[in-house]
Amino acid sequence: MTDHELQLKSNQYRQKLLRYITEAGAGHTGGSLSCVDILNVLYNRVMNVSPENFNRPDRDRYIQSKGHSVEALYVVLADKGFYPESELETLCRYQSPFVGHPTRKVPGIEMNTGALGHGLPICVGLAIAAKLDGAQHRIFTLLGDGELAEGSNWEAAMSAAHYGLDNLTAILDHNTLQITGHTRDVCSNEPVDEKFASFGWHVVTVDGHDFAALTEVLTAKPVEGKPTIVIANTTKGRGVSFMENVVSWHHGVPSPEQYETAQAELVQAENELSEIR
Amino acid sequence: MSAPAPSLFSPEAQAMIAQLGLVRGRANLEEFAATLQELAEQDHQIIAVTSDSRGSGKLGPFGKALPKQIVEVGIAEQNLVGITAGLAAGGKQSFGVSPACFLTARALEQIKNDVCYSDVPATLVGISAGVSYGALGSTHHSLHDLAALRAISNITILVPADNFETRAAIQAAAASPHPVYVRFGKAAMIDLQEPEARFEVGKAITLREGTDVAFIATGETVIHCLLAAEKLAQDGIQARVVSMHTIKPLDEKAILEAGRECRAVVTAEEHSIHGGLGEACAGVLMQAGVAVPLRIVGIPDEDTVTGSQADIFRHYGISMEGLSQTALELLEKSESLA
Repeated sequence: MTDHELQLKSNQYRQKLLRYITEAGAGHTGGSLSCVDILNVLYNRVMNVSPENFNRPDRDRYIQSKGHSVEALYVVLADKGFYPESELETLCRYQSPFVGHPTRKVPGIEMNTGALGHGLPICVGLAIAAKLDGAQHRIFTLLGDGELAEGSNWEAAMSAAHYGLDNLTAILDHNTLQITGHTRDVCSNEPVDEKFASFGWHVVTVDGHDFAALTEVLTAKPVEGKPTIVIANTTKGRGVSFMENVVSWHHGVPSPEQYETAQAELVQAENELSEIR
Repeated sequence: MSAPAPSLFSPEAQAMIAQLGLVRGRANLEEFAATLQELAEQDHQIIAVTSDSRGSGKLGPFGKALPKQIVEVGIAEQNLVGITAGLAAGGKQSFGVSPACFLTARALEQIKNDVCYSDVPATLVGISAGVSYGALGSTHHSLHDLAALRAISNITILVPADNFETRAAIQAAAASPHPVYVRFGKAAMIDLQEPEARFEVGKAITLREGTDVAFIATGETVIHCLLAAEKLAQDGIQARVVSMHTIKPLDEKAILEAGRECRAVVTAEEHSIHGGLGEACAGVLMQAGVAVPLRIVGIPDEDTVTGSQADIFRHYGISMEGLSQTALELLEKSESLA
C-alpha cells in the first residue's frame, strides 16, 4: 500500500469514527483523530496480525494503553476484517461489546484497557513471555502523553530496560493536550525524550502524521537490548479544522451541524487526494 | 529436634494439640514455595514474578533452580500485577507474589482490570497476610484484601488453613485458566487434614461434626476453632468445624447446613470484620431466611492493637479460649431466644 493509499484510508477512518461517535453521542473524538495515522501504519504496514492468525502465538501484539481513543481502533479492526463494520452502529449502546474502552469481547483486542498507566506493564509481561519462548513477534503499545503522569508507566519503563526488551515498542501519541488543558500546564512530562533515554530506552521522534516516517521507524530493526519509544508528534483533532488543538474535543461529541461540517471537510480532502492520484 | 512451640497457642492449647496428636507442619509460605517450585520444574510455562520479595516469599531456592522462570520487578506492585497479567496473556501460567497488604491495596486497579476484567490465567499470591507482620503496624497488615477482592468478578479466592490445603490450592491455581488469589501468613502451621482428604475449590471441608455450634473459619484461624471445639466437648457441647478455604466462590450449601443444623454460628478470620468471611456467611444465611445467632470474630474496625501476631490473635479472641467463650455466650443467647 502506497503512502497515498494510506492517506486516503486515514481519511476514511476519520469519516467513520466521526460518524459512529456522533451517532452514539459518546466517545473521544480528539484523541482518536490524533492517533488514526499511527494505527493505520501499524495495522496496514507494520504488524503481522489478522483475523486469520489471531489465535496463533506468533502474531504481533498491540495494546492500546490510551484506551479512550478506542473508536479509532474499532474502525481499523473492522477494516482489517475482524468484524463487519455495521456492528459499530451499536457503539456504546445497550449490551454492545463496543464500549467506550477496549475489551476482549471485541475480536482483535488483546487486553481490556482504558484505566491509564496499565498498557506498558502488560506489554512488559508480553515481551518477557515472548523472549522466554524465543519468539520473534513484536509487542506494540500506544501511550497518551497525559497518561505519563501515572507512575506505573515509569515502573514499567524501568523494567523494560532492565530486561532489555528490544521486542517492545511504545508509541507516544504526543498531541500535548489532555482533558484539563495543555500537558505542560497540567503536569509537564517534558523533556519526555530525555526521560525515556535516561531510563535506558532507544528514543525516536517522528511526525505522527507522516506515513513514510512512521513506517521507517516502526519497521526499523530494533536496537539490540533496548526497548524503543517512538515519540510521535501529533495534532489532537487532526483532519477537522475546528477540532485541531482544541482541548474541548478531548471527549466532545459533534452536534449534527458540526458533524456535517467536519464530514464536508474530510470529503473535500478526500477529493483533493483523489485528484492528486 | 522439634521446632519451638508456636507462641500462637497458650500452654493449655499446646497440651490440647499434643493430646489430639496433631502434627506441626511448616509455614504455609514455605509449603507454597516448595509446591510452586515442584510444579514449575515440571511445567516451564509457570513463571513467578516477585517485587523484591523472593526472600520473604521463600522463593530463593526457586530462583536458583529455575532462574529463567522468575521475573524480578523491584518494589513496584502495580508493575508486578501488570507484568503478571501480560505474562499470562502471553501464554504463561504466571504467579505474582508480593506482601498481601501492598499487592491488594496499591495494585488493586491492576488486579481489577489487567487480571480479572481481562480474565487471564494469572495467580496473585498475597504473602504475610492478615496480621502476620504483627508489630510492624497497620501499614503492613492486610485486613482488607478479602473484602476488596470479593467485590471483583472473575477471581477465585483461596485461603488455606494448613500445608495440605496450601499445596492443593497452588496446584488448583496452576491448573486454572482464570484469575486466582491465594493468601496466607508466615507462622508455622498445624496439619489438620488427613492426607487423603479431598480439596475441591468452592467446597468447604468439615473437619469436625457437631450440631450445637458451628465454627466456620478460614486460613490460620481454623486450628484455633478446632481446639475450641475440643475444649467445648469437655463440657458436652458438640461443635462443628468447617474450613472455608475458598472465600469465592463460597460454599453456600455448607453455610446453610451449619445455620440450619446448629443452634449458633461463629465465624473466624484473620481479616477485618467488615467484608470478609463473616459478613459473607451472614449474607448467605439472611438471604435464605435462616435466622441463627451469629458472631463474626476477626479484627474489629479500629486501630489494630500493637504486638505480635499471637498477641493480636489473643487480644481479639482468636484463640481456643476466646473462641470457646464466644461460642458459649452465643449458645446462651440462642437458648434465651428459643
